[in-house]
Amino acid sequence: METLDQIKLRIETAVPGAIVGILPNDSPSAQCSLWVSREHGRAVAELLRADANLKLDYCSNATGIDWPEAELTEKIKVKQVVDGVEKEVEEVKRTLRPGCLEVVYHLYSMEKKHGPVILRMRTGNRADQVHLPSLTPVWRSCEFQEREIYDLYGLVFDGHPDLRRILMWDGFQDFPMRKDYVGRDDYEYEPTPHDELLEKAKLHQAGEVKK
Amino acid sequence: MSALAEMPSRNYELLSKDGAGELLEVAMGPHHPSTHGVFRMDVVLDGERVVKLKPVFGYLHRNHEKIAEGTSYLGSMPYTDRLDYFCSLTNNWAYALAVEKLAGLQVPERAEYIRVITAELTRLQNHACLIGFLVQDMGASGTPLMYAFREREKILDLFESLTGARMMCNYMRFGGCRCDLPDGWLAQAQKVVDEFPKFIDEFENFLSGNEILMSRTQGVGVLSRELAINAGITGPMLRAAGVDYDLRKVDKYGLYDRFQFRVPLGDHGDVFDRYMIRVLEMRESVKILEQALATILPGPIVDPKTKLRGFRPKAGEAYGRIEAPKGELGFYLISDGSPNPYRYRVRPPSLINLTVLEDMCLGQMIADAVIILGSVDIVLGEVDR
Repeated sequence: METLDQIKLRIETAVPGAIVGILPNDSPSAQCSLWVSREHGRAVAELLRADANLKLDYCSNATGIDWPEAELTEKIKVKQVVDGVEKEVEEVKRTLRPGCLEVVYHLYSMEKKHGPVILRMRTGNRADQVHLPSLTPVWRSCEFQEREIYDLYGLVFDGHPDLRRILMWDGFQDFPMRKDYVGRDDYEYEPTPHDELLEKAKLHQAGEVKK
Repeated sequence: MSALAEMPSRNYELLSKDGAGELLEVAMGPHHPSTHGVFRMDVVLDGERVVKLKPVFGYLHRNHEKIAEGTSYLGSMPYTDRLDYFCSLTNNWAYALAVEKLAGLQVPERAEYIRVITAELTRLQNHACLIGFLVQDMGASGTPLMYAFREREKILDLFESLTGARMMCNYMRFGGCRCDLPDGWLAQAQKVVDEFPKFIDEFENFLSGNEILMSRTQGVGVLSRELAINAGITGPMLRAAGVDYDLRKVDKYGLYDRFQFRVPLGDHGDVFDRYMIRVLEMRESVKILEQALATILPGPIVDPKTKLRGFRPKAGEAYGRIEAPKGELGFYLISDGSPNPYRYRVRPPSLINLTVLEDMCLGQMIADAVIILGSVDIVLGEVDR
């Protein structure tokens, strides 16, 4: 199979305007992935499926990932002059990672028997820009998996033929796989809640009462 | 949240009252015996013909993935048994394989042999029981299923003497297996494997040429090759549609490149082909088992570099997949360097194989929808997770 650099180059020539990046993976599995701008996700997916060398006709796995806003800390060594002597001082570098939802597709080829090519797309944030193009029209195997991601992460797939909750029930109001989700305790399902219980539930939802 | 505003309020749709035909909406399940668990099919019928079918899941949902994100890597191992509770050993293997890819662990040869042997035994009992259930769905109440269960008992006895449990084995560990084979286990396994072809012959004698079985299954629930590939169908269902894709041959994980076996393929993609593929796969599994039992050598069963306590793989991600009896079972893990996975995802073959259930059932009789579902081979513990 071609390397990711070659695939990236081909995508950039075939889909004008597409921004493609390669996400490195330091673990021994060495499965690096392609990151694609969401506006061009559908066109890139169609290209990968139709391309004569790649023929990625089989989407094995679609995964949602939640990346809440986080402060990343990294220790770096900086040379500083302390009391006239140059010294190496450890300094903590802080960077703010904006929050987003991510979707990962593992693509294989049943015809050529190669893979995986890993495709990723990210949303703008976790609150109001949670739309991504659906790849179900390209690979039908995404149908239930994207529904599951919508159900558990609240990621909306535009162009999905039947986007409904799949595992949780219809009246459910939250997205349980998000990292900041606080699960309801049994007493919160009390059919006739009273003040004391509502107060307790409020504390629980604020994360002040541990499960 | 804005996503909520767009959510439809119902999981089903009401038929318009002014429609001309006599359409009937039936909720089959979640407690219908033919649904193999708590699974619902919302079917719209025109007489006895299916005109619409929507599967409804989630009755057994316990958010396995969220629970696994809150526990250590090893802590999820016993929980993988509960996904597809018929095949706990292959679930263990798939999870162990993904973690071994993530952490770069090597598995000793003897452990690989034990994994192949237990996985193929699992496949034997899964396929035998599935055929039993399928025939029961057709109305052959009890008897063929009990023959299959008789054979399954022998294999479960082997699992019990090896792992201490019949169904919830919790046997594989990262970089190997939990314990070595007990004395006399291989001889006992050899006896079970030697007797198994006799059972397949007997089973086939009753079923494969049976006129009722043929008329109920041939030409029913046809799945085309193109749709099967596009919908990500895997396992015996895919090969019944004529696609040569078996991960034991494609990925050559474990030691499968050392054994001689063939991949049976169907050419019609109907329920009968799916039945027949499973019979043929059992025969191939017996071949693999005979070779593995003849060549297994003593040795260590776990990678000495494995740390069971305080196991923290480096930050990164890995996707590992195996050919489980029901299809491709994959585990996708993201590590952030902490003792528990940042993201833990199960790629459930049973759920994804249900994508085409409606396509296979449209235009068929409602009684055939039952056997089409039976031929998909689902376990709700895995569908709902």
